Amino acid sequence: MAEPGALRAYWAMLRGQARSQTAYRLSFGIDLVSNVGATALDVFTVFVLFGVTRVLGGLDLREALVVTGLTACAFATADMLVGNIERISLYVRTGRFDAVLVRPLRALPQLVLLDLPLHKLSRAAFGTAVYAVALAAAGIAWTPGRALLAVVAPAAAVVFFGAVFVVTASVAFWWTESGEFGNAFTYGGRDFTSYPISVYSGWFRNAFAYALGFAFVSYYPALALLGKADPIGLPGWVGWLAPAVALPAAAVAALIWRQGLRHYTSTGS
Amino acid sequence: MMTVIAARELRKEFTVRVRQGRLRRARRTVAAVDGVDLAIARGEMVGYIGPNGAGKSTTLKMLTGVLTPSGGEVSVCGLSPVRQRTRLARRIGVVFGQRTQLWWDLPLRDSYDLLRHIYRVPAAEHAARLRRCRSLLDLDEFLDIPVRQLSLGQRMRGELTAALLHGPEVLFLDEPTIGLDVVSKQAVRGFLAELGAGGDVTLMLTTHDLADIEKLCRRLLVIDHGRVVHDGTIEALHARYGSRRRVVVELEEPLAAPPEVPGATLVTAGPLRLEYDLTGATAGELLARLAGLAFRDLSIVEPDIEDVVARLYTGAPVTDAP
Ligand SMILES: Nc1ncnc2c1ncn2[C@@H]1O[C@H](COP(=O)(O)OP(=O)(O)O)[C@@H](O)[C@H]1O
Ligand SMILES: [Mg+2]
Repeated sequence: MAEPGALRAYWAMLRGQARSQTAYRLSFGIDLVSNVGATALDVFTVFVLFGVTRVLGGLDLREALVVTGLTACAFATADMLVGNIERISLYVRTGRFDAVLVRPLRALPQLVLLDLPLHKLSRAAFGTAVYAVALAAAGIAWTPGRALLAVVAPAAAVVFFGAVFVVTASVAFWWTESGEFGNAFTYGGRDFTSYPISVYSGWFRNAFAYALGFAFVSYYPALALLGKADPIGLPGWVGWLAPAVALPAAAVAALIWRQGLRHYTSTGS
Repeated sequence: MMTVIAARELRKEFTVRVRQGRLRRARRTVAAVDGVDLAIARGEMVGYIGPNGAGKSTTLKMLTGVLTPSGGEVSVCGLSPVRQRTRLARRIGVVFGQRTQLWWDLPLRDSYDLLRHIYRVPAAEHAARLRRCRSLLDLDEFLDIPVRQLSLGQRMRGELTAALLHGPEVLFLDEPTIGLDVVSKQAVRGFLAELGAGGDVTLMLTTHDLADIEKLCRRLLVIDHGRVVHDGTIEALHARYGSRRRVVVELEEPLAAPPEVPGATLVTAGPLRLEYDLTGATAGELLARLAGLAFRDLSIVEPDIEDVVARLYTGAPVTDAP
């Protein structure tokens, strides 16, 4: 973001957004509460799983909750901040994106701020709480390094999930009727990273965990926090790779987005 | 002369899928804009007209940085619209008739406040421009109503204001009067005329209502099938497409043989009514030749731009191309 003065403009847009969303106070309140539901369900699922098994992918319940909590915290935050980018398909299909492009601001932050779902704040807060409780309950042998990792890992995961949102949304520039296609990677990625990856197997695991990099933003940082060895034998420092995976992912996302902008065709009128 | 809008060989192609039979679809490339050259100077007010699907909106979208051209060169205010989009956006105002720039759920007033921040306009400047628009466009009665509740005419007046609050040098208006009631149309036209009178705002306007053009634009660009087919004044268009002033003569008593007049073509010869198109002679010369007849009434009909353009659109032959 080249222009610092633009920040004030974005801030103004955010305020306007807050004003128009909270204009319907009751429905905003209901959204706020109901949005905790989905994340609560994810966490509940983990408890249910441990009702049938004591160990899941080499982790016990408390340890697995660190993985789930880390994902819940990061995904919910990324979803609130950039998840709405998926609405780009609507903007592209209807040509409403034109109005975004004639304003003196970058398209991506504008679009994100145009419908920033403030009611998802509750979900992000809930995810963060789960993460904090899991960290406290897992009996982690805290060191300065681990304390740092406990903060860096979710931050990197937010960036990573954000990049996934942007990439999947950009598909709409080429393929207007992409529909639910992107959800396989965004919500699918969340579900994938909610559990220790060792529960998955085969090409599916390799593709999601290593080729697309989902394992490096949740599972491996959690292992490093817990001081556990990787069942398939990757070295301990892999747990620190989250930023190294997230930043290139963000760069790739920016590139694809920009390419998509050039491809935007608007609609006839 | 300072060229504010310049384009050379500007092109835009779209790939469209066309149905062929039940299931098959073929891809076809259509050139919506097919080699357009433009040179518009500062302060000019240009009407950009053409039939539906001629490529008007597509051209404006390329000039405003919304669409990336498929070919050719384009510059507005010395900037490259796509590459320097955000810088250019600060210097131009855009109204796409069918799309809104405003926040649907917010009162007009709040939208303007947001735009002030987005365009980073000093508060005093913003207030002064808004005051002017409020009085010229009669905004006061609906300034506090959410945009989604405004009538089309009110919204369009609101859109125009939104496009002007940052003091743009160039204004692109795509169908700003479409669907408006007569009062709103008048308000918009009067406002644009006043804006143009200042002489430092450049205006490019597409419209279906030729009265907009006659009222506002000295210069007319006609586009058809993605190509500019006329660039000049309205008078030049009349001359080129052979629209003539017509002299209508009503007679007191029937005439056996209407007089032949050199430089004028007899187009209607009723028993009590003669109509001549002036093809060289002046109206005075024609009347001198008819001096012996007993007139009941006489009128001179100026050529109608609607007719000319309609003929242009239907591909009627060009009588005397320059
Ligand atoms: N986004 C688009 N995708 C495909 N074809 C388009 C698109 N936009 C415009 N066209 C086509 O390009 C041509 C010119 O459209 P447009 O510039 O909107 O015309 P006008 O504004 O003069 O009515 C039309 O044939 C239209 O169907
Ligand atoms: Mg159009």
